[in-house]
Amino acid sequence: MSAKTLYDKIWDAHIAHEAEDGTCLLYIDRHLVHEVTSPQAFEGLRMAGRKVHAPDKTIAVPDHNVPTTEGREDPAQMTEESRIQVGALDKNAKEFGVHYYPVSDIRQGIVHIVGPENGWTLPGMTVVCGDSHTATHGAFGALAHGIGTSEVEHVLATQTLIQQKSKNMKVEITGKLKPGVTAKDITLAVIGETGTGGGTGYVIEYCGEAIRDLSMEGRMTVCNMAIEGGARAGLIAPDETTFDYVKGRPHAPKGAQWDAALAWWKTLYTDEGAHFDKVVTLRGEDIQPVVTWGTSPEDVLPITGTVPSPEDFEGGKVEAAARSIEYMGLTPGQKLTDIEIDTVFIGSCTNGRIEDLRAVAEIVKGKKIKDGMRAMIVPGSGLVRAQAEEEGLAEIFEAAGFEWRLAGCSMCLAMNPDQLSEHERCASTSNRNFEGRQGYKGRTHLVSPAMAAAAALTGRLTDVRDLI
Amino acid sequence: MEKFEKLHGIAAPMPLVNIDTDMIIPKVFLKSIQRTGFGANLFDEMRFNRDGSEIPDFVLNKPQYRKAEILVAGDNFGCGSSREHAPWAIADFGIKCIISTSFADIFFNNSFKNGILPIVLPQEQVDILMADAEKGENARMTVDLEAQEITTSDGQVIPFDVDAFKKHCLLNGLDDIGLTMEKKASIDAFEAQAAQARPWV
Repeated sequence: MSAKTLYDKIWDAHIAHEAEDGTCLLYIDRHLVHEVTSPQAFEGLRMAGRKVHAPDKTIAVPDHNVPTTEGREDPAQMTEESRIQVGALDKNAKEFGVHYYPVSDIRQGIVHIVGPENGWTLPGMTVVCGDSHTATHGAFGALAHGIGTSEVEHVLATQTLIQQKSKNMKVEITGKLKPGVTAKDITLAVIGETGTGGGTGYVIEYCGEAIRDLSMEGRMTVCNMAIEGGARAGLIAPDETTFDYVKGRPHAPKGAQWDAALAWWKTLYTDEGAHFDKVVTLRGEDIQPVVTWGTSPEDVLPITGTVPSPEDFEGGKVEAAARSIEYMGLTPGQKLTDIEIDTVFIGSCTNGRIEDLRAVAEIVKGKKIKDGMRAMIVPGSGLVRAQAEEEGLAEIFEAAGFEWRLAGCSMCLAMNPDQLSEHERCASTSNRNFEGRQGYKGRTHLVSPAMAAAAALTGRLTDVRDLI
Repeated sequence: MEKFEKLHGIAAPMPLVNIDTDMIIPKVFLKSIQRTGFGANLFDEMRFNRDGSEIPDFVLNKPQYRKAEILVAGDNFGCGSSREHAPWAIADFGIKCIISTSFADIFFNNSFKNGILPIVLPQEQVDILMADAEKGENARMTVDLEAQEITTSDGQVIPFDVDAFKKHCLLNGLDDIGLTMEKKASIDAFEAQAAQARPWV
């Protein structure tokens, strides 16, 4: 038998049907559903008189468009569209009998945090969701990717997806990270290297010592942004770190089933000599704390850098860079550490987990955020929030001047009222710095939680290494 | 789904690279729980001022491109979110074909589900079509899916590749779910085997 990659192994274990032209029906083990990309899919089922094929493998939770302020169970607190979308999910979850965590449930949160936290996401699974950041679950060695609403309907109806296999890409991060450098810096540095289209057509496997050394939270941050590099999915082979995280979670296997699962999970690695179509290698020691200057996640520079000039680029990127620099209100040659920040947002499926909040607390403990700074922390789930309160982190945040919110996607995509105003500049731990992403004409700089915390204290983009 | 056979129409040039899903349909317009009506807000922040007035320089606001049915676009079109609202908005506006050097994966798949044909071509050929689109409304291109050929306004023929299954579905306006349900026996057999091999799932 020829050597296989991790992706090959998971793919092969999930083919329900293969046509002569290589088009496959890929069986889906977990389908995560949220309120924005599912209503039209459930409506489609209803109109065709179809049922959900595997309701026990389908988990729904509202996250994109829920308020993150106290008292939100009261529908009067919601905007009209939020009421409609959350109301539709409530109704659809009941009618079709899928697992559901409503807004009032402590387990509610961002779908990509809820899945792993409750043990729904396990190694070797196929996981899909009508959200591009489904790539997050790849941290467990699960093949996980975002799908559109038509595909959501397809999975609801058949528990399969029509797929062509992607190519294999290896991203290796060798060696150790330097102090102040985090998983977020790794994933942004990779996109800076490959570009936002560099992963198109590929599934990425992240490997190397710096990846092995990461916690599950850090691995989720890395895989989360595989999509920003254009890849269908990101994967990390499961190991003891993974198994320790999964064990004991509510929906993880127990007893004899755990032993059987573990035996299979331990076979989920890329065989020696397996073929990768593309290989990218970065030295962990070379990665610095980074920040984005433009309106594409590939616009990445070390915090010690300066704003580039459009002439530094080639082809269509020249116009795009000029447009970005103007949109962001920057001047070529300006030091990144001279850029003043109005707002700090900490949260999202990229960086809304407990370890992210601990990293923030470490920087801001006993300090105050800059006068006039608007700073909010939105935990990724009700369970993360409860844990942060138990560990005393919430007190640290509130004493420092942060708003301490309820769980949701919040200002990462700014569908709810958590938005930037025109020209408001934000250091954000989220995943996209697109034009208008966090609010009309809002300006986003993507950073790690530690870097966001540093910016909140100083009022400008700051090298966190100066504060530790 | 509407069939896509042969299209003869105006092509609008959008050479900007990395046109993302937030540009195509900003999230403030993802309000509806229907699939229709998003065309009014297609490219909203590029197309309209805050007061709702049009930005005259934007390509689809120019008189010669208001009825465009084809977009010739810069690299990595449709990157970002999985929101199918993006192709819904494009289809609702009346655009049926997008030509670029590359597309983001999810957007590419979503397009086919909504009767939109995304075509990937090498840079030199996109350059030719971009120049043709720049000519305006008198320069109509023809996109023939059956023959897999684009014909420029001056008669130059450019062949393109398309996945055979996706082509078949577009040409016939077929619903994927119905096709998959015909393979129910395979799915059932897989489930029975998987329940033995991985009972914890």
